[in-house]
Amino acid sequence: MTVFLIRRLMQAVVVLFVMSLIVFIGVYAIGNPIDILISPEADQIERERAIEALGLHLPMWEQYLVFLQRAVTGDLGRSFAFSTPALELIVERMPATLELAIAAMGISILVGIPLGMWAGFRPESLAGRAIMAGSILGFSLPTFWVGLMLIMVFAVHLGWLPSTGRGETVEFLGLQVSIFTLDGWSHLLLPAFNLALFKMALVIRLTRAGMRENLLMDYVKFARAKGLSTGRVIFVHVMKNIMIPVVTILGLELGSVIAFAVVTETIFAWPGMGKLIIDSINQLDRPVIVAYLLITVSMFIIINLVVDILYSVLDPRVRLKEMKS
Amino acid sequence: MTVTTPDRIEPAAPAAEPAVVSPLRRFWIEFRENKVAVAGLAGCILIVTLAILAPLISPQDPYDLMQLDIMDGRLEPGAQGMAGQTYWLGTDDQGRDMLSGILYGIRISLAVGVASGVLAMMLGASMGLLAAYFGGRVDTLIMRIVDLQLSFPAILLALIMVAVLGQGIDKIIIALVAVQWAYYARTIRGTALVERRKEYIEAARCLALGDARVVFRHLLPNCLPPLIVVGTVQVAHAIALEATLSFLGIGLPITEPSLGLLIANGFEYMLSGKYWISFFPGLALLLTIVSINLVGDQLRDVLNPRLRK
Amino acid sequence: MTAANGAPTLVVDGLQTHFHTRAGLLKAVDGVSFTVEKGRILGLVGESGSGKSVTGFSIIGLVDPPGRVVGGRILFNGEDLAQASESRLRDLRGNRIAMIFQDPMMTLNPVLRIDTQMVEALQAHQKMDRATALARARDALGQVGIPSPDERLKSYPHQFSGGMRQRVAIAIALLNRPDVIIADEPTTALDVTIQAQILFEAQKLCREVGTALIWITHDLSVVAGLADEICVMYAGKVVEQGAVDRVLDHPLHPYTRGLIGSVPSRNRRGQPLTQIPGMAPSPLALPAGCSFRPRCPRADEGCKVPPPMAELAPGRYARCIHPHLEEAAAA
Repeated sequence: MTVFLIRRLMQAVVVLFVMSLIVFIGVYAIGNPIDILISPEADQIERERAIEALGLHLPMWEQYLVFLQRAVTGDLGRSFAFSTPALELIVERMPATLELAIAAMGISILVGIPLGMWAGFRPESLAGRAIMAGSILGFSLPTFWVGLMLIMVFAVHLGWLPSTGRGETVEFLGLQVSIFTLDGWSHLLLPAFNLALFKMALVIRLTRAGMRENLLMDYVKFARAKGLSTGRVIFVHVMKNIMIPVVTILGLELGSVIAFAVVTETIFAWPGMGKLIIDSINQLDRPVIVAYLLITVSMFIIINLVVDILYSVLDPRVRLKEMKS
Repeated sequence: MTVTTPDRIEPAAPAAEPAVVSPLRRFWIEFRENKVAVAGLAGCILIVTLAILAPLISPQDPYDLMQLDIMDGRLEPGAQGMAGQTYWLGTDDQGRDMLSGILYGIRISLAVGVASGVLAMMLGASMGLLAAYFGGRVDTLIMRIVDLQLSFPAILLALIMVAVLGQGIDKIIIALVAVQWAYYARTIRGTALVERRKEYIEAARCLALGDARVVFRHLLPNCLPPLIVVGTVQVAHAIALEATLSFLGIGLPITEPSLGLLIANGFEYMLSGKYWISFFPGLALLLTIVSINLVGDQLRDVLNPRLRK
Repeated sequence: MTAANGAPTLVVDGLQTHFHTRAGLLKAVDGVSFTVEKGRILGLVGESGSGKSVTGFSIIGLVDPPGRVVGGRILFNGEDLAQASESRLRDLRGNRIAMIFQDPMMTLNPVLRIDTQMVEALQAHQKMDRATALARARDALGQVGIPSPDERLKSYPHQFSGGMRQRVAIAIALLNRPDVIIADEPTTALDVTIQAQILFEAQKLCREVGTALIWITHDLSVVAGLADEICVMYAGKVVEQGAVDRVLDHPLHPYTRGLIGSVPSRNRRGQPLTQIPGMAPSPLALPAGCSFRPRCPRADEGCKVPPPMAELAPGRYARCIHPHLEEAAAA
């Protein structure tokens, strides 16, 4: 287990390093932020002073070394646009994105698993077919368009829910969260549902496939032959078998939900990291772009690692193999 | 298209006649079994036709400013313009006919999607074939990259690429190719590994044919079916991804108004209830993606040898 | 010994289980009758597809759609299970009637511990606290010869060998001390040595506890050493029935004879194995009359009428109009 952990951690460091190089070169090689950040009327001296302040006069490799050196100490540079540390900017907005992502994940699980189980339990029924058709639609609908439609229906036409912003937040464990206020919830519901839709379709498909596959297994028939109730067979025997792959895949998908939050945040003006990155790309705010990408990639690597460990805890068969090796 | 009711062949029918059917015909017979997929195919054909014929059938050239009348701005669907013409799907803020805008938009979206799909397929297929044919270090290296890349969501990779490359139609295509090639590579490597062990490849190698010839003339054609399936699905993905990027304002430039840009354009008017500027391009996008996905799903079933009776 | 036990535990009478498939009506079980008494073992023999497993599932009411019991009676201690409600059947399942399956690798849930799987079987049928249930489970494991049952209770199925898993499955079947156990080819997937052990244990338990046992198998040698009575099934029907020794020594039905002839035996060393010509018919397209007719060396025009089940010798039943009576008489 330790060997496995160490190997995975080393892999992670290598990936991060490569990423930082690619991102840095790519991002710093294009455009000229000076043109954007300094007013065209500025004279030569002002320009030079700005270039110096931003460290843009150094050769590329030197800029990278400085960047790397600072990155290790948690200093990812200062945003050109905000003049605050890039890392701080992102960390500031991270709770909003995480809250949105987790709420979306929660919705997709809470809605997707029961629907998927029903569709797998009664695949030929009208409800079963309808659920499957819905999941195909969920896969095909572009997230941003669904977001627009949600706004159109629930915010504009029905006027039930607000369409933008995060609403009232409360401090919890030092973070600003909105799930403890009614207003926060009303703001969270639409974007979270929007972000959840795609994953929900995935959960439905996974659960349904798992359900159908497991229902044919001998252990189900044996459990029924023991005289267990249908409820116990489904919710204990089958569910435990289905949950292992579903949890694994969902865990891996958490990272992609965070990445896709970019779209939802833009539509619902949700003040998270995703909206920040889009603005930064448009403004060529390099330090923020680099910091965002590095942080997201790190989050990815951590999530994958945690899921791997979780998987081995969940499945007794894997656990045993790990112990033996 | 002949409209015949497909005779249900009973599974238990004794001694079925081994009818002589060309592979293409047989493919079609199996394909049309699923009515929804046929509808999807019809949708695809319709969309491609519309895209090709857009300049001929559009009521106006939406990007010829001379033809636009700013007084016709933001008209509702079905409204009459100043010049007496009817805007069936309404107009946008500049008085542009939405129907024409959508037809041109489909053209651009489809072109970007198909171009990136074809390029990604070429790159991915070459990489996958290389990995499968040479094995060993080459295989390990390529597949490592593929695995690594596939562990990141497409949107994140696209963001990285856009951040690195900047905007522009060529750059978006490059970004889409970079995002997608790995899917093709993995698919074709899997199939090619199976094919490689078959006798005809051994035979070709025994004849001392060049590696390139064996790979491209012998191996590749036999790996095509799964490649076609992945290709269909990936083109749909590419169109959706391009639309998303364009919607976010980091995709195509405004000089290339794809469906995503049209939708983004109407976003601000949506809150004031002028739904049509965003709604109809979105519907066109949805129709395109769903049609392609339906065809892809059925292709998967028909071309999958394991499901063959 | 048999007669003294009185009323039979299970009477199956004219059982019909049909599958309504898209390809047509499949009569998997078509008029099967037999009786099992307390402490006795019935061997249900046939090729795959003969309907023997479906018969077993019909008894405990676990025939999956599109299959359905459409006719006949299943009298368990006098109660007709063919008419019983699902909840009544659930009360009986695993409680009074237990079942053991073919593949021990598949029957235990891979992600639940053995104790969970045993305790739930007890708690499904009686109010029992966990400690008592665990004690019962431990006893049952000991009964089927699993060493250090306390430790084993905490294990997962994959930590057991195939033979051990089948013992666990048998222990689960025994937990509620059922009146009838239906064993569906439980030793087919196991090594021969383990098979012998399990057969021995099964027989012993049956005699000791007085459980009636239906042993479904395609393996005549298993039945020979284990069962008291035998039912030979072909194409959904019982074709021959009787005391196991007499049926195996002097089969009346040409099919039984063919089946025995195709098993290698020490007594007939050096002689060529006979085999039954042709293949088992598709259950969707059974020949009219006797189903075995196309493969039978004795078939004639008379066989085009379905033959009745008849008592051809005392305690010997067969569904054939040209039985091998001469040998039975000679014995």
